[in-house]
Amino acid sequence: MSVVQGKNIIRDYHVPGSLTRRAKVVRAVKGISFSVDRGKTLAIVGESGSGKSTLARIIALIDPATGGELSIEGKPVDITKGLTREMRCKVQMVFQNPYGSLNPRQKIGDVLIEPLLLNTDTPAAERRDRAREMLVKVGLPAEHFNRYPHMFSGGQRQRIAIARALMLKPTLLVLDEPVSALDLSVQAQVLNLLADLQDEFNLAYVFISHDLSVVRYIADDVLVMHQGEAVEQGTREAVFADPQHPYTRELFAATPVTDIEAIRQRVARRQALRAAAG
Amino acid sequence: MSLLTIRNLTVRFATSTGSFTAVDGIDARVDRGEVLAIVGESGSGKSVSMLAAMGLLPDTATITADEMTFDSQDLLRMTPRQRRQIIGRQITMIFQEPIASLNPSFTAGYQIEEVLRFNAGLSKRAARARALELFRQVGIPEPEEKLRAYPHQMSGGQCQRVMIAMAIATNPRLLIADEPTTALDVTIQKQILDLLMELQEQTGMALILITHDMGVVAETADRVQVQYKGKKMEEADVLSLFEAPKHPYTRALLSALPENATGDRLPTVGSFMEEAAK
Repeated sequence: MSVVQGKNIIRDYHVPGSLTRRAKVVRAVKGISFSVDRGKTLAIVGESGSGKSTLARIIALIDPATGGELSIEGKPVDITKGLTREMRCKVQMVFQNPYGSLNPRQKIGDVLIEPLLLNTDTPAAERRDRAREMLVKVGLPAEHFNRYPHMFSGGQRQRIAIARALMLKPTLLVLDEPVSALDLSVQAQVLNLLADLQDEFNLAYVFISHDLSVVRYIADDVLVMHQGEAVEQGTREAVFADPQHPYTRELFAATPVTDIEAIRQRVARRQALRAAAG
Repeated sequence: MSLLTIRNLTVRFATSTGSFTAVDGIDARVDRGEVLAIVGESGSGKSVSMLAAMGLLPDTATITADEMTFDSQDLLRMTPRQRRQIIGRQITMIFQEPIASLNPSFTAGYQIEEVLRFNAGLSKRAARARALELFRQVGIPEPEEKLRAYPHQMSGGQCQRVMIAMAIATNPRLLIADEPTTALDVTIQKQILDLLMELQEQTGMALILITHDMGVVAETADRVQVQYKGKKMEEADVLSLFEAPKHPYTRALLSALPENATGDRLPTVGSFMEEAAK
């Protein structure tokens, strides 16, 4: 059964007018349909301005859609009509910048406890125990419970943000560019962690990214967005083996590759150029 | 023949908790007309070593080196007046955040004309004509109008083109590009890299490209220098580096690339460095 399903999702933004400019409506997401099953990853790929983060915020139940139907575990949701606690717990989000998404004045333990405090009736002692357990689960020592965010590196902070998202035992995690602010070696660690957690909790991921090499590694299905539209949608194998839309092909062509044969050809071309110049 | 030579460069910063060594005995050399890529993760000292050569570090930095010369002129013992004849004229630099690198209060045209008048010694009228010519050369659409535009009225890619136009305005012999495409979308990244390589081939200037992206290295460099925690790990021509990386850290960086993933897990740099320590 699908954890989340979207049918023809639309999102409009109203840009207010001024003395010299008429008010207008910008359609950021133009009717996108998708579904994600338990334990699977849907990657949404696109450049800045493609509407991928807008869609992510709709799926994460942060912003309402202007049109279309969104259902979580088969039940339709409309956040303008209010959300049950149960629904709020099912979907959680991890943001791109781990430096901006943690309150600098809040201890890590409190960061993890807060979702439980707000959404559940868990007793205080159990809240603390679960927060400690979760720290260990994401690869941090439980002793870090009383530390502040500034005492952690970028990769560690992203682990904390992931831990916070998992505190409510969600079935769906929306990850908005979770590794693009991290160094390559740290990126590998966080991607490994995400894969482990997905196996352990049978989580569905909606993974927003602009990095095709990361998408190829992590995704089961891929949705390519361009100017608010889904220009290509399919399994990872199909999209990577035979991209249909010109925009997808353009994205592939622009992604730098470390292919030895390509390097050999480029070096040879430069040497020929130099020889010609004398 | 060597254009910029750095031998045994060490940079220390005085901090509240004592002295911190950002660059620890680095050698670097770039020849005329060569493209050198300096690769490393954050904290590897890749930017600091170049800023030291340019004399752009704050007073808290202590710089020592056995040799630091540009075209046989000693950069270490130069008077500020002599340095200004070289920095910004024969050696120029572009940075990661193109929009932040430009002054938001002045038009793009004003800022490039300033460079042309003070560093290339042109008259006001000549500077205006040359600015237009440079904007055309770096492929800015509607160049006449963009001369009158403020940085916030242009996209990130266009701002980076303006920065490149300013950097090549004095016909430099060395251009240092510090993560020039990190803040840009992948299709724009490709355009900017193509432009830099095209300009390099046309003018025969040397180019130092500071990056953390192995894909960018593969598509641009002649020679590569890998840095880690302020030390040089490996130096090789681009083909040998990708074909047969010698240092464990380089191997770690290459295998941590998601596109090179074999199996379900990505190897992390930590596991490689343990292997190296044995």
